[in-house]
Amino acid sequence: MYTVADLKKGLKIILDGDPYLVVAFDFVKPGKGQALYRTKMRNMINGSLLDRTYRSGESFEPASLEERQMEYLYKEGEHYTFMDQQTYEQVVMEEETLGDAKNYLLENLKAEVMLFGEKAIGISLPNFVNLRVTATEQWAKGDTSGNDSKPATVETGYVLRVPPFIEEGELIVIDTRTGEYSTRVKG
Amino acid sequence: MKSDALWLRARVIKAVRDFFWKRGFLEVETPLLIPANAPEEHINPVFTLPSSWQLQTSPEMCMKRLLCAGHQKLFQISHCWRSDERGSRHLSEFTMLEWYRAGCDYQELMTDCEELLQYVASTCRPDSRCFERNAMTINPFAAWKRISVQEAFSRFGNSDVLDCLRKGRYEEILTSVIEPALADFGTPVILLDYPVELAALARVKPENNTLAERFELYVGGLELANGFSELNDPLEQRRRFEEANAVRSSAGHSLLPLPEPFLETLGLMPDSAGIALGIDRLVMLTAGVDSIDDVVAFTPEDL
Repeated sequence: MYTVADLKKGLKIILDGDPYLVVAFDFVKPGKGQALYRTKMRNMINGSLLDRTYRSGESFEPASLEERQMEYLYKEGEHYTFMDQQTYEQVVMEEETLGDAKNYLLENLKAEVMLFGEKAIGISLPNFVNLRVTATEQWAKGDTSGNDSKPATVETGYVLRVPPFIEEGELIVIDTRTGEYSTRVKG
Repeated sequence: MKSDALWLRARVIKAVRDFFWKRGFLEVETPLLIPANAPEEHINPVFTLPSSWQLQTSPEMCMKRLLCAGHQKLFQISHCWRSDERGSRHLSEFTMLEWYRAGCDYQELMTDCEELLQYVASTCRPDSRCFERNAMTINPFAAWKRISVQEAFSRFGNSDVLDCLRKGRYEEILTSVIEPALADFGTPVILLDYPVELAALARVKPENNTLAERFELYVGGLELANGFSELNDPLEQRRRFEEANAVRSSAGHSLLPLPEPFLETLGLMPDSAGIALGIDRLVMLTAGVDSIDDVVAFTPEDL
């Protein structure tokens, strides 16, 4: 168990059954008065923010979170299934929890899945992923319209802006942190 | 810490020292390691092994014994320790200024505060002669506001201070409603006449025994100093220490030893007044920074 003296930015605790990350903390103590421990916490499942003030003597259950490398297998409706290659254990993550990460999920992609108990609550992808362009308009040679990018759809269904010279069937590198085109995979 | 901040800190401390020397105060040093601090409900001393003596939480016990010995005007700048206090305005080890005057009450200390802040502003911020905090300018040369604690709670907190104390809401209202309201004054503010429950070592007001002659100095909403007319009745002081220990015990805190030699001499202390001012916070104010980390050479985390 943690006590109020352990509170600091970055601490992970369980509150009402959910894991919370302490994102801001201050110790307040008016002259001759009791100490107050002011925190701002983020729910690690739904991202909502919460302000809570504690007093000395209160204690907290640590939130034990585990990050494990897993491979993306398949999706069914809004449920995405991942598997631990070592233990063959499978977990299912909702589309809502995945957020933008769903744009880059191609079968067999390896990613770090954050587990809270049995529940997958987040995912960290490699910074760059390679995806094949499945649809984009032909670039007309001699186009002087001045457009330096055009839309392209990749094999996961994600649509992004790419340079005009990119053609259907090409493999491109996407930065998963920004969702933007990075470069073309040559050969 | 940046070299600018270290120089400013040194200048503030020199200005404080010059201020009291010019006024004929005796600068003293008293032991930092002592067998007993004044037991208080919400202050936890740092104990040392193997003697189980304590680092001082304030030089108050020894300073008052010097008043008992006949000294009239005293000041000290020393380190103090309070266990488990760490935040943007707190360090477990910090620097405290305390000064004491025999033959005076808390009113004279308020005047000292005015003159001290004016002196520090003039010498350490000669261009503006004002302090800056959270984009507010605080002018120590304009007439200071003095507000009773009761009035502050009813005016800014729309509540009764005794009621807040009973319900355990005192600290919450004070820090989240009243202190921010005090930050909006363009001058330092003095909150005065605290309920006796919040003044373990202060004298009660002759005309109202539910209030103590205690005040706090706020500048830009930052609590800077706590002063009071000193209680010099040894029996009443012993009773209050024992009461503080009873509250500590019921809250699961350790019982603290009583400072017996202090209690034995307290009867000899003339009517006096004394005050403690946080030097680190005064430097924060002079530097215009929000965090105590920015005004010390090292924080505990740096060590």
